[in-house]
Amino acid sequence: MSTYAYYPGCSGLGTSREYDTSTRAVCRALGLTLADIPDWSCCGSTPAHTVDHTLSSALAARNLAQAEDLDASALITPCPSCLTNLKMAVHRMRDRDFRDRVNKLLDRPVRRDLPVKSVLQVLVEDVGPEELASRLPDKPLAGLKLAPYYGCIMNRPPEVMQFDDPEHPTAMDRLMLALGADVVPFPLKVECCGASFGVPRKDITARLSGKLLETAMDLGAHAMVTACPLCQMNLDLRQDQAASALGRKFQMPVFYYTQLMAVALRLPQNVIGLNKLCVSPHIAFAAMRKARAEAGRRDPSFSEEVA
Amino acid sequence: MDVIDIHASCDGDFIAAVEAESGQQIAECYQCGNCTAGCPFTFAFDIPVSQVMRLLQAGQKKRLLTCKSIWLCATCESCTTRCPNNIDVARIMDVLRHMARREGYASERGVKIFWDAFLDSVEKHGRSFELGILTTYIAKTGRFWPDMGLGPKILPKGKLGFRPHEIQGQKQIARIFDKFRQEQRS
Amino acid sequence: MKIGVFICHCGSNIAGTVDTAQVARTALEFPDVAFATDTMYACSEPGQEAIVQAIKDHGLDGVVVSSCTPLMHEPTFRRTVERAGLNRFMFEMANIREHVSWIGKDTEANTRKAAELTRMAVEKLRRNMPLFAKQFEVNKRVLVVGGGVAGIQAALDCADGGREVVLVERESTIGGKMAKLDKTFPTVDCSSCVLGPKMVDVAQHPKITVHALSEIEDVKGFVGNFEIAIRRKAAYVDWAKCTGCGLCMEKCPSRKSLDRFNEGVGTTTAINIPFPQAIPKKAVIDPAFCLKLTKDKCGVCAKICPTQAIDFKQQEALFTEQVGAVIAATGYDLFDISKYGEYGAGKLPDVITGLQYERLLSASGPTGGHVQRPSDGREPKTVVFVQCVGSRDKSVDRPYCSGFCCMYTAKQVILTRDHIPDSTSYVFYMDIRAPGKMYDEFTRRAMEEYGARYVRGRVAMIYPKGDKYVVRGADTLMGTQVEVEADLVVLAAGAEASQGAGKLAEKLRISYDKYGFFLESHPKLRPVETNTAGVYLAGSCQGPKDIPASVAQGSAAAAKVLALFSKDKLENDPMIAAVDIRRCVGCGKCIQVCPFKAIKEVDFRGEPKAEVIETVCQGCGLCTATCPQGAIQLAHFTDNQILAEVNALCLA
Repeated sequence: MSTYAYYPGCSGLGTSREYDTSTRAVCRALGLTLADIPDWSCCGSTPAHTVDHTLSSALAARNLAQAEDLDASALITPCPSCLTNLKMAVHRMRDRDFRDRVNKLLDRPVRRDLPVKSVLQVLVEDVGPEELASRLPDKPLAGLKLAPYYGCIMNRPPEVMQFDDPEHPTAMDRLMLALGADVVPFPLKVECCGASFGVPRKDITARLSGKLLETAMDLGAHAMVTACPLCQMNLDLRQDQAASALGRKFQMPVFYYTQLMAVALRLPQNVIGLNKLCVSPHIAFAAMRKARAEAGRRDPSFSEEVA
Repeated sequence: MDVIDIHASCDGDFIAAVEAESGQQIAECYQCGNCTAGCPFTFAFDIPVSQVMRLLQAGQKKRLLTCKSIWLCATCESCTTRCPNNIDVARIMDVLRHMARREGYASERGVKIFWDAFLDSVEKHGRSFELGILTTYIAKTGRFWPDMGLGPKILPKGKLGFRPHEIQGQKQIARIFDKFRQEQRS
Repeated sequence: MKIGVFICHCGSNIAGTVDTAQVARTALEFPDVAFATDTMYACSEPGQEAIVQAIKDHGLDGVVVSSCTPLMHEPTFRRTVERAGLNRFMFEMANIREHVSWIGKDTEANTRKAAELTRMAVEKLRRNMPLFAKQFEVNKRVLVVGGGVAGIQAALDCADGGREVVLVERESTIGGKMAKLDKTFPTVDCSSCVLGPKMVDVAQHPKITVHALSEIEDVKGFVGNFEIAIRRKAAYVDWAKCTGCGLCMEKCPSRKSLDRFNEGVGTTTAINIPFPQAIPKKAVIDPAFCLKLTKDKCGVCAKICPTQAIDFKQQEALFTEQVGAVIAATGYDLFDISKYGEYGAGKLPDVITGLQYERLLSASGPTGGHVQRPSDGREPKTVVFVQCVGSRDKSVDRPYCSGFCCMYTAKQVILTRDHIPDSTSYVFYMDIRAPGKMYDEFTRRAMEEYGARYVRGRVAMIYPKGDKYVVRGADTLMGTQVEVEADLVVLAAGAEASQGAGKLAEKLRISYDKYGFFLESHPKLRPVETNTAGVYLAGSCQGPKDIPASVAQGSAAAAKVLALFSKDKLENDPMIAAVDIRRCVGCGKCIQVCPFKAIKEVDFRGEPKAEVIETVCQGCGLCTATCPQGAIQLAHFTDNQILAEVNALCLA
């Protein structure tokens, strides 16, 4: 299988390092070869596109140029925000004038049109839930009820993102089902969590994330599973703020989907990083074990000990 | 409520500038309200997004560039995805923010400071440095970190680095910002 | 040859920016021009008389009128020259209004251009030949395609006018969409009470033959002489024997069959008669659900049928009908609501279409007229209606207004209150379109007397919460986001062209728009005619229409057919192609490109040659442009005539 140019994103070195480590480990275990983009830089994230679209695309595009040295079939990233900026840059640079303006800001202009995809897309399309399920005949996560939350920009706008359904995406659902987990019909899969307003306007983030947590809880989910570092932080780290905004109590573990894949694939604990989560994942696994016992299933042979 | 002279107060140059920068045709909006209906941030907006579009059609420049909504849009793309007229509404919100910045307006000061702090960090290091951004934000707003309660939750996880990740091409990034500012001035 | 030239002022339309007198003076210098003058209104009665008089006074052989577009007045002036004893093809027209005066303000340049266009017409006329139409017999039977209310009306009117009618219907019964409706707006009278008797009239009319479960396979021929191939699908029941007693339906064990008549609300039996008033009232087996046909088990219906009508081996049948005219009345289909993912449409059981809701309201529907949620049978207390689902929405390629949804929603709101007095209805709308007689008053009644709460704004998303649905929309008049928890959501699905409409149009050789609706000949003046002689339109196949408009068009199309059939013989258009057999090399390219199958290969002394079937050729000219030898010439548009025009222009 070909090599993918890997773009971890800044949060992968900080607040979402467990997403980065579990993503790398899962890819390796499933036979995907990742090569880090040499000396990659920040994509500009939300702040850049609120200042100017040329600046934003230039910050993202530097990484497209850096990736040209790798003989890669695609550039992939786990973070939807990075994904959006990179894809939007590629999309807008199809316009010659815009491309010229971007390249003018860059020391090294972009020459190739490398396809940009999310790690999720590659896992679903290039590995596939069927392959994953065939590796896990014992359905290690059977009994675990998950609310899959994709975040607002993994699939939208569809003309740019070109992946999965923009209103009811199923990619993560299918991967989780392949692990044996149950997926609740979570209706707010693409509803915004409050995004980057956590610091300047935490009232907004608390209310929006609260709505997501509340809906997941009312549907009887044991945990939420997400593909976005910012969503994960808003739902997990800021869970108490969300609870007080809604006048409710939550104890809802929020996993990265790659963490659950790593758990099911029995990868080493240090790469899964369950101990990096704020709300203890024990709660979810205990509920899962109880459900398995009630269904007469054996306990799964993995350990999800939190250091 | 003031009476608006819809002829005299309509800034046609402003409409044309928004159309040019966003690549969207403002007249295509037929005011169905779908953007407002789907916008998760409507509760926090001072002007709901469909009325932003309406004010834009009416060329009400000052009202728009001084409103809070344009700073509170998270570009979640609900409006753009669902617009029955295929208008990229989120892009228009972005363009209005760009214009507000250029004209020196920032009705949600905290939001602007946070985003600026982020970009300062990227310009300085090549990558964003989370703790550094927070420090700048606190210093500039003069507000004590309102999220102090989160400290004990996140610090023991060892996820917040205490040092920025400098990249080799840091100067290339700084030059992107430099050239951008030069272009803007010219 | 002596040619007369008339330069029309068209009031100030032309004379305002063209020096018409100067053009007339210039025309006098053109070869063969014996007379030229300007005239105030050439098309007026005195204008035409002046032409007739000039022909007589000057012994003219042909006439050129330089005035407006030939689309409108070429037939007028042809009649004029004919009155003066000339052949109607000894006439040419130059368009100096649309092509000159209306598009330029420079009088000098306009005058020059008007003269040049006139010169072209003169040069063409110098090479014109008298042409004569041939007469042919008219078959005075009419085919009506589609048995909805428009087709029914057209069929009855034609039959009452004494003509034989062949009515072809795709489903196993006529009645169309109207048969599925509970009540009709704005009178709230019972749909089947109005339509039912008309359906019976069709069945009992001695002049009407109904071919149900049948579709048009192929169309040959031309106005007055069409040959229609019809494919009748297998019913697996011998309709000659079936009495419609319904015993088979009682005993059929396959009770989970898709109930198409009830729009998928509830299920039906694999063998069924769609509804009690069906015409013809005959049973049909759905092969997708019949146990005998899918698994070779069962066969209960065959055992109990009192007339041994069941025939599992029945095949589809192909047969032909000869007719002189065709009325297309193929109606519309509902927009597929599942394209609105944000509404959960097609996934959430209690998010349904307006037509499904009609079946819930109907006493003959699956719930016996009790409004119940499809999911759990509960009576809804809060019903939300969403307008413009698949209408006025560019993002789903449906930018047009479906026209009738505002009205049927108002009706459903009123009926909901009647059925469930303690219910509340919300209607999300963008604009209320109620431009018919008593229509706007009707929507006002829904609000004022029936308490319907109209909310001006679109709905962004619908999602389940417990056993209800959260409908999140906007109230743009309040300027805010609104939410309402609904028990049932009814989407006013818009209208789109009937499935297969494009294919039928191609068989009938009529045009259709990008959405599949058939194109009328003129949007105002020829609304039920097409550009193919002998083919007419009625109802929603031409564009979304409500019942009164569909019925009016059904009658209008019938009137056109009766007028056509009032003549015993028709004349063909002599502007048709002819093959110069000496030049033809028999390559067959003309046969391939002819869209009317009007050219055949014949054997001429052992060599293949093309031959035009004069009565079929429509004079489109494709063959003449294609023929590598220049062997096919279109009468009145020969290469020589066209080149003479081009030369006249280049000369200037």
